[in-house]
Amino acid sequence: MLDSANQTVMAWRRENGRVGVRNNVVILPVDDISNAACEAVSNNVKGTLALPHAYGRLQFGADLDLHFRTMIGTGSNPNVAAVVVIGIEPEWTKVIADGIRKTGKPVAEFSIEQKGDFETIRAASWKAKEFVHWASELQKEECPITDLWVSTKCGESDTTTGLSSCPTVGNMYDKLIPHGLYGVFGETSEITGAEHICEKRAATPEAAEKFMKIFKAYSDDVIFAHQTDDLSDSQPTKGNILGGLTTIEEKALGNLEKIGRECTYIDALDAAEAPEKGNGLYFMDTSSAAAECITLMAAAGYVIHTFPTGQGNVVGNPIVPVIKISGNPRTLRTMSEHIDLDVTGVLTREQTIDQAGDALIDMIRRTANGRATAAEALGHREFVMTKLYRSA
Amino acid sequence: MSHPHLLVHDRADNVGVVVVEGLTAGTEMLCVVTHDNSDFTLTVKADIPIGHKVALKDLVEGDTVMKYGEDIGKMVGPAEIGGHVHTQNCKTKRW
Repeated sequence: MLDSANQTVMAWRRENGRVGVRNNVVILPVDDISNAACEAVSNNVKGTLALPHAYGRLQFGADLDLHFRTMIGTGSNPNVAAVVVIGIEPEWTKVIADGIRKTGKPVAEFSIEQKGDFETIRAASWKAKEFVHWASELQKEECPITDLWVSTKCGESDTTTGLSSCPTVGNMYDKLIPHGLYGVFGETSEITGAEHICEKRAATPEAAEKFMKIFKAYSDDVIFAHQTDDLSDSQPTKGNILGGLTTIEEKALGNLEKIGRECTYIDALDAAEAPEKGNGLYFMDTSSAAAECITLMAAAGYVIHTFPTGQGNVVGNPIVPVIKISGNPRTLRTMSEHIDLDVTGVLTREQTIDQAGDALIDMIRRTANGRATAAEALGHREFVMTKLYRSA
Repeated sequence: MSHPHLLVHDRADNVGVVVVEGLTAGTEMLCVVTHDNSDFTLTVKADIPIGHKVALKDLVEGDTVMKYGEDIGKMVGPAEIGGHVHTQNCKTKRW
């Protein structure tokens, strides 16, 4: 058997010591109206990645904080070698560029006001080209697999995820987290019905209290404040129901299989908040919508995402490889192009959860070493900012 | 061991999950409890799709449905042993 925790990967050790498994030069728009300039720069300079998104104007309060945290966190992610930041106004552009600079990586910023798109694109393209030459010469080095930060969130769940793909992720966490891995799970809404179990999986009373506070705020401020009658129409989703899930409690119990048998979470994070209490497992307050959740976890610094799916979610992320795991034989038959790891053997009892967990660790190793995930090969680059409320 | 038709998470559960495609009424199912690898047989009473739940005992309105050894909701209609348990007869206790 593999000694899973002692494996190494070839990856990029960044200026701040963190390990990245991709080497992107990102062209980051501060706001929606800077998307066009970023996309033009990315078109001019091959090997760059523009991250267009829908927001960044007239946000305020906690919503603006989250916007900045997500932008800065995305640029700071170790899968990003260097960043060109473009915004309409210099002030917010500088806030984001300076935030990313704290990692020590190269950052350049450009603002469009009083210059226009043409001049901005010209100047930013020169800088982007310089960054591409620089980044393309960075060498990978041997790093322990447990230096990676690995996130998880499942999607298009069904009853097979709770039986196979979610416990596969849980087994991986049980094996790697004691040796130094950072993990994170979230999906506040989809813990409903299992919050008492999640509360007990906290490492400390403080972490449990923080989780329950987040859970209660979500229930009171989002669910009960906005529900018209019965959330059964949204949770479980129609896809979940088609797959055999009947209630939110059933979905939540399957969801929590992702954190294994032994791991405990050491802190409950705000959305896109970087973990600060050392290595271990964290809970993050996120939506259960796949692209939003993965975007937030990437912004917190996670470099590989493990994604169990039952009925077949197709999501990807532009900067983080998303490894999809499924144990549903129908999904493997009908949409195998989206699945990286087949754990159908768990349902036929030909594969144990322990073997499936080792297979996932091996897929994490291969992905870190450069294997393109199904989502990468298929061009799934969903980058979705979470918005808390209407802009001013 | 031949492939199971139905997996049950925990011995305390009163439902199990169909893990094969094309299961038809009258099939004598091989059922495996994943927690302790014990097995039993049960005749399924309806054509039940993969991923859907089968009652392991007669359930009536008001009964708590148990899966993972935990409460996953309540019966709002009956299901006989071997019958289909889903949104037509089972509902959340939450919202």
